Amino acid sequence: MRYIEEQDVEYIAIGAAVLGAGGGGDPYIGKLMAKQAIRRHGRVPLLSVDEIDDSSLVIPSAMMGAPAVMVEKLPNGKEPETAFRTLEKYLGKKADAVLPIEAGGINSCIPIYTAATLGLPLIDADGMGRAFPELPMVTFSIAGIPSTPMVVCDEKGNKLVLETINNAWSETLARTATIAMGLSSMISIYCMNGKELKNYAVRGTISLALEMGRRITESSRSNINPVDSILEISGGFRLFEGKIVDVKRDLTTGFVRGTVSIEGTDSDSGSSFRIDFQNENLIASKNGRPVAITPDLITVLDREKGFPITTEALKYGQRVIVIGMPCDPFWRTEAGIRQVGPRYFKYDIDYKPIEELVKENL
Amino acid sequence: MKYRLGIDVGGTNTDAVILDENERVVAKCKEATTPDVSTGITGAVEKVLKISGVRPSEISNAMLGTTHATNAIVERRGLARVGLIRLSAPSGFGIPPYIEWPDDMVKTTGGLFRIVKGGYEYNGQPISIPDREEIKEALTELMKGGMESLAVSGVFSPVNDDQENLVREIAEELFGNDFPVTLSSEIGSIGLIERENAAVLNAAIRKLAEKAYGGFQDVLKQHGIHAELFITQNDGTLMSIEYAKKYPVLTIASGPTNSLRGAAFLSGLKEAIVVDVGGTTTDVGILTRGFPRESSSAVEIGGVRTNFRMPDLVSIGLGGGSLITAKEGNGSVSVGPESVGYRITREALVFGGTTITATDIAVAAGMANIGDPSRVKSLDRVLVQRSMDKIKAIIEEAIDRVKVSAKDLPVVAVGGGSILIPEDIRGASVVIKPEHYEVANAIGASIAQVSGSIDGVYDITTRGREAVIEQVKNEAKEEAVKAGADESSVEVVELEEIPLAYLPSNAVRFKVKAVGDLKSK
Repeated sequence: MRYIEEQDVEYIAIGAAVLGAGGGGDPYIGKLMAKQAIRRHGRVPLLSVDEIDDSSLVIPSAMMGAPAVMVEKLPNGKEPETAFRTLEKYLGKKADAVLPIEAGGINSCIPIYTAATLGLPLIDADGMGRAFPELPMVTFSIAGIPSTPMVVCDEKGNKLVLETINNAWSETLARTATIAMGLSSMISIYCMNGKELKNYAVRGTISLALEMGRRITESSRSNINPVDSILEISGGFRLFEGKIVDVKRDLTTGFVRGTVSIEGTDSDSGSSFRIDFQNENLIASKNGRPVAITPDLITVLDREKGFPITTEALKYGQRVIVIGMPCDPFWRTEAGIRQVGPRYFKYDIDYKPIEELVKENL
Repeated sequence: MKYRLGIDVGGTNTDAVILDENERVVAKCKEATTPDVSTGITGAVEKVLKISGVRPSEISNAMLGTTHATNAIVERRGLARVGLIRLSAPSGFGIPPYIEWPDDMVKTTGGLFRIVKGGYEYNGQPISIPDREEIKEALTELMKGGMESLAVSGVFSPVNDDQENLVREIAEELFGNDFPVTLSSEIGSIGLIERENAAVLNAAIRKLAEKAYGGFQDVLKQHGIHAELFITQNDGTLMSIEYAKKYPVLTIASGPTNSLRGAAFLSGLKEAIVVDVGGTTTDVGILTRGFPRESSSAVEIGGVRTNFRMPDLVSIGLGGGSLITAKEGNGSVSVGPESVGYRITREALVFGGTTITATDIAVAAGMANIGDPSRVKSLDRVLVQRSMDKIKAIIEEAIDRVKVSAKDLPVVAVGGGSILIPEDIRGASVVIKPEHYEVANAIGASIAQVSGSIDGVYDITTRGREAVIEQVKNEAKEEAVKAGADESSVEVVELEEIPLAYLPSNAVRFKVKAVGDLKSK
C-alpha cells in the first residue's frame, strides 16, 4: 500500500489531463479540493485492486456537469460525502473504499477529496482508463453492472436516489437532474463488490496518472522533453509533431464537436494532421489516413514542456506533439466498441487498434 | 492644432512623444525612470514640450502607460488590507478564497473574507437571495478586522452584476461613498477564482494607483496641460484616468501591448512579427489584425492566479547590453543571457568601457553608429562575424516560435536595442526598422483606442443564435461608447463562442470585444 500526499495531487492532475485525451474537464477545481482535504484530514491510502476483499463494498464518487460552470459555481464541499453516505444508507451497508470512475480529467481528483474527507482508502483503478462523456461509458456498464442505485446531489443539499431500468436511463435522468441543479452535481454510482472490481476495473490508472504527472513536472524543471518518458510508461506512440494551423468548433449542438488541423514541423515537416474531437479527441489522421481511433487515447501535448492541452484550450499557433495510447483491452471487445467506438460518435469508420494503424503508416 | 501626449514609464526609461492631429510624431524624448515615477514623468514632459514647441494648452489628450501597479504587487509594496465578500452560499465553501496564494501575499493583504448568500446559476436564476442583514453584519466584521479596501465577488457576476452592486450600496451606506469598493464583475471574465483574485489584487493597489495617477494629473496641471487623461490597459486600449484609479489591475500587461501596438502603427502593418529589443531581453510577439495575439494560459501576478490575457510573447535573453563570450578551444561564441543592463553607457567598449557587448558587435559590423566606433576597430573580425551569426540565429529561432504558419511575415524591429537586428532574417519577408522605433511604447500608448467587452453565458434556445449574437455585439459596442469611443468608428474585433460542454442545454458563453477611436473633445 502507498499513500497519496498533497504534492501527489498536483502530479495526478497533470497525468489525468493526459489520460483525459483532450476531455474530462480541467482538473484544476478537483485538484484544489483534493489538496485541501489532504491538508485537513491527512494523506489518503491508495490500495491496489488486489488488496480489496471480494466481499468488500466499493462506491465510486464523481462530479457531473459542464466544466465552464464548475469554474464559476464552486462546490459547497459537502456534496461528495452526502452522495456517498446517502447511497450507503440506501444500501444499508458501509463502504470499504472509494473508487474513481474516470481517471481522465477532473474526476481523477474528486474521489481523492471524498476519500480524504470520509477517512476511507482510494482504489488505484477506474472504470475508463481515460475520460468519456456519458455515464454508461464505463467498463462496469459493458460488464452488466447496473449503475443504480445511484445518488445525485447539489450544493444546496438536494439529493436524488435513482433506480433505473438500464444505464442509458441513468444517463438521461441524472443529466436532466444535473441541468436543473445548475449544470453541476456530485454523484455516487456503480456500487459493486471487490470481486466485480477485480474482474472489470481498469487497474493502476491513478498511479499511472501520478507517474506521468511527476515525469512531466520534473522534466519541465530540467528542460528535458518528457514525451518519450510518458510513452514508455503508457505503451504509447508519438503520432505527430507540428503547429496548429486551424481549430474549428461546431457550435450547433450542445457538445463541443470540432476538428483541429496541424501542420508538420521537424521530422513531420511537409505532412498534415487532423484530429476530430467531441469533448475528447476521437480520431487522429495523418495525411488523410487514420492513425488512432477511439477508444484508443489521443492526447495533444505542448511541444516544449509536454503539458497536456484539452480540446477547449486548443488554439491557433500552438506547437504540439500528438501522442496516442492503447486503451484498456475491455474497450476493444465488440460490446466496448459498440459503446465507445467511432460509429457511436457518428464517424463512418471502423475501429482498428493503434498498434496496427501505426505499423501500417510506417 | 490639437496634439496628443503619450508617455511610457518603463523599468529603465520614461519615454514621451507628442503626436499631431494627423498622428505624425512631432517630438520624442527619453528620461531615466525615477523610483517615485512622477519626477521621471515631469522630466520627460518638460523635455518633450520644449523640443516640440507645442503650447501646453494645445494638448487635448494625454495617455500614460505604466506598470507601476504590477511592480507593487510583485514587490508586495504599499498594498492595502483587503476585505472580501463572496456572494455564493451555499456554493463555494468547498474552495474558499485565497486558495494557493503565496503566504506572504495573504499576510500583506490580510486574508479577510466572508462567504454570504447570493450568486447566480448559469441561466440567471439566483443560487440564493442575498440577505441585506447578513451582508451588513459581514461588512462590519471585516471592518473590525482592519479592512482598508473592499473586494466583492459573486458567482456568474459577469452575466449579472446586480448582487455585487447591492453589496457596494450597503458598503457605501455603512462606510461612506469614498470607501474603496472593487467589484469582480468590472474586472474579469468567467472563472470565479481568477476573477476574485484579480478583484482582491485590485482592491490592494487602489490607494497606491490613486496616488500614482494623481501624481501624473498634478504634473500635467503644473505644466498647464488641461487635457483629457487616459491610462492604457492590458488589451492595448484606453481607460479614463478616473476609471483607472478604480481598476488599476487592468494595467498590468500594458507594457508589451503598447510596444506591439506602437510597432503596428509605425510600420502601418496589421499582420507582422514584432521584435522589441531592450537592453537585456528581447520580446517577440505577433500582430494579427493590428492587435497582439494573446496567450491562452492563466497568468500569475506575484504568485496569484488571474485570468487576464497577456500578449503571447517569446522572451529571450538578448539585448543591446548582452555579454559576448568566446569559448576556449572550438572558437564558438555565446551571446547573453547575461547583460550589463543599464550600465551599458559605462561598460560597453564604444562607451569607453572594457566589456564586449552585443552593441559593440553591431557597431563593429557597421550596422550602427553609436558611441566611439574607433574603439571597436581592433575587435577580431572572426569574433564579430561569429557573434553576428549567433545573434541572427537566436532571433530567427524566436521568430519561428511565435509564427502560426510557415509563411514568411514582415518583421518590425523596435526598441533601443533593435540595431542588433540584421536586414536579412530567415522567416521574414522583409525587415522593417521604422522611424521612431526607440519610442514605440509611448507611441503605442498615444494612439490607443477605446474598447468595450462582454463575457457571459446566454441561452440560445428561445431567441435563436443569430439574435443573441446581434445582442451581444451591440452590448459590447455600447460598452465601448460608454468608455469614450466615437460611435461611428466602433467595430467588433473579437467574438468567441464557447458552448458549455457535456450538456445539450444550448447555453453558450460569448466573449465579445468592440473597439473604436477615441472621441476627441
